Amino acid sequence: MATSRAPLESQGLPGWLQAMPFGLVFAAFFVLPLCFVIMVSFWDYNEYEMIPAFTTRSYTESFEGCLADLPNLCTMLATYLSTAKFCLIVWALTLSIGFTVAYFLAFYVRSATTQMVLFLVCTIPFWTSNVIRMISWIPLLGRNGLVNQLLMSAHLVNAPVEWLLYSQFSVALAFVHLFTFFMVAPIFNSMMRIDRRLIEAAYDSGASAWQMLTNVIMPLSKPGIAIGSIFVITIVMGDYITFSVMGGGQIASAGKIVATRLDALQFPPAAASAVILLVATMVIIGVLNRIVDIRKEL
Amino acid sequence: MAQSANLELVHVSKRYGATLAVEAIDLKVPADAYCCLLGPSGCGKTSTLRMIAGHEGVSEGDILIGGANVTDLPPAKRGTAMMFQSYALFPHLNCVDNVAFSQKMRGVEKAKRRAQAMEFLELVAMTPFAQRVPAQLSGGQQQRVALARALITHPQILLLDEPLSALDPFLRVRMRAELRRLQRRLGIPFVHVTHGQDEALALADLVVVMNKGKIEQAGSALEVFEKPASEFVARFLGGHNVIETPAGMIAVRADRVKLVPELSNLSRFGAAVASVEYQGASYHVGLEGGGARDLSAILNDAEFAATPLAVGDRIGLAWRDEDIHPLSPAS
Repeated sequence: MATSRAPLESQGLPGWLQAMPFGLVFAAFFVLPLCFVIMVSFWDYNEYEMIPAFTTRSYTESFEGCLADLPNLCTMLATYLSTAKFCLIVWALTLSIGFTVAYFLAFYVRSATTQMVLFLVCTIPFWTSNVIRMISWIPLLGRNGLVNQLLMSAHLVNAPVEWLLYSQFSVALAFVHLFTFFMVAPIFNSMMRIDRRLIEAAYDSGASAWQMLTNVIMPLSKPGIAIGSIFVITIVMGDYITFSVMGGGQIASAGKIVATRLDALQFPPAAASAVILLVATMVIIGVLNRIVDIRKEL
Repeated sequence: MAQSANLELVHVSKRYGATLAVEAIDLKVPADAYCCLLGPSGCGKTSTLRMIAGHEGVSEGDILIGGANVTDLPPAKRGTAMMFQSYALFPHLNCVDNVAFSQKMRGVEKAKRRAQAMEFLELVAMTPFAQRVPAQLSGGQQQRVALARALITHPQILLLDEPLSALDPFLRVRMRAELRRLQRRLGIPFVHVTHGQDEALALADLVVVMNKGKIEQAGSALEVFEKPASEFVARFLGGHNVIETPAGMIAVRADRVKLVPELSNLSRFGAAVASVEYQGASYHVGLEGGGARDLSAILNDAEFAATPLAVGDRIGLAWRDEDIHPLSPAS
């Protein structure tokens, strides 16, 4: 045993050196900027400049009145609650659609070629930018858009439906449209790794199609579901473009708080709200990690 | 336990597109027999097993279990249970829940099905590992769990797809003895697919040798080994020399071949020693000559010690007339 192990270990570079290039990229483009953001969030500021002096002003102002106003929600909490609500809706929809699509690809499409072709077809929307894909909803959902014209000409409604665009509906719709694929890909990956003999073994044990789904396929797709959920939740939590474009400026979101403060060149409060957003998102991911141990499943 | 049933295949064929994987086979497995389907890969043995299990449609013919035609029934309605190659245990469930799986599918409530599962884990001596997941078990332990999972449905027939191939040779011998003991104890037919002839000979009451989608020979281990029906059977089982003679193909068991001086009048033909392998209790001597390749003789160690041989030596092959087994021409 000892003789066979020694050459293996001495071969090539030590592990930490192999991990170095990515480590450096990670440090330069993620850890360092993040440290700056955290640092700036504790700086003071006035109308014209940032003042490098330690203060928690940006944080206290962000949560100003939040305790005093209870049980009414302050702006910060209300915004986070609303963002979390979108998160939940979008997560539930992308999960159910994504799971269904992945299930269809993995278990109904028999030939590997068709499977890959269909999977690539799913990526075609990514050839255009998010904003363009969002905007393309406008002629469809607008007051005089295609949907309203159809509804009117079919005499299903007398006046154009107002909630189709610049509403919570349109925001959620755009999110689902844009990000369902982020659910499909990891779930599909998990499903493809399920040993087909397990399906047969379950069938042999008398499992119906539904029992197969709930007792075998769903538990074994859990890692994919967790990874897809992280994608979707982090994107929706941090998003502000979709909220702006599809919400018509009417809907607040956690990401928009950061954007608004940046537009006002108030960097310390912007940094503070970014840190708050980061913490909130990490809490959600932490809870998710409790349910599925992702590291173990990979 | 469950009442056992005999299994009957009537002219069963399996077609994949244009290729015929199994060609009109007829087979009867008695109610208490251990049956091995033996053959090289691609011979149709696994397709046959999967058709019996109901995981593969039957193109033509009928499958009868205990007299009832089950050709079109789903697996769980046939009274069969299958033990899959590499076991196919559910990786997310511990041993108890793996074994209890089919009872869960039937809607048996949790406490009851777990108690039943524990009984079957006891049957295979896996009680101490009940709470472990498959990844924490060795190959042999996984196999026992898979066995318990198959048996909890009280099958009338147990189907095993290369159950021993994932085990190391030492464990394989031990597990096959256990399978045999279990089959006796349950008194139901086991149908066991294997490509190892030693496994089939050691286990089976009924050895079914298959080749190219057809049954070459079905009989007791003794019959199949002593009287191989065809050249293929003799070659596949090993331990036989297949020799072309003016009177037709014959088979002579390697352990019945005597090596004599080439010029002795006992010698039937001369050959050169191509290899000598020491096997512990015996020597395995590979021979070439007389236009035949792959000839061999098995000598016990005392015989070999009396007249040692080296590669390249010329030697004569001899056997008694009663050791000649004529073969029907290869189909």
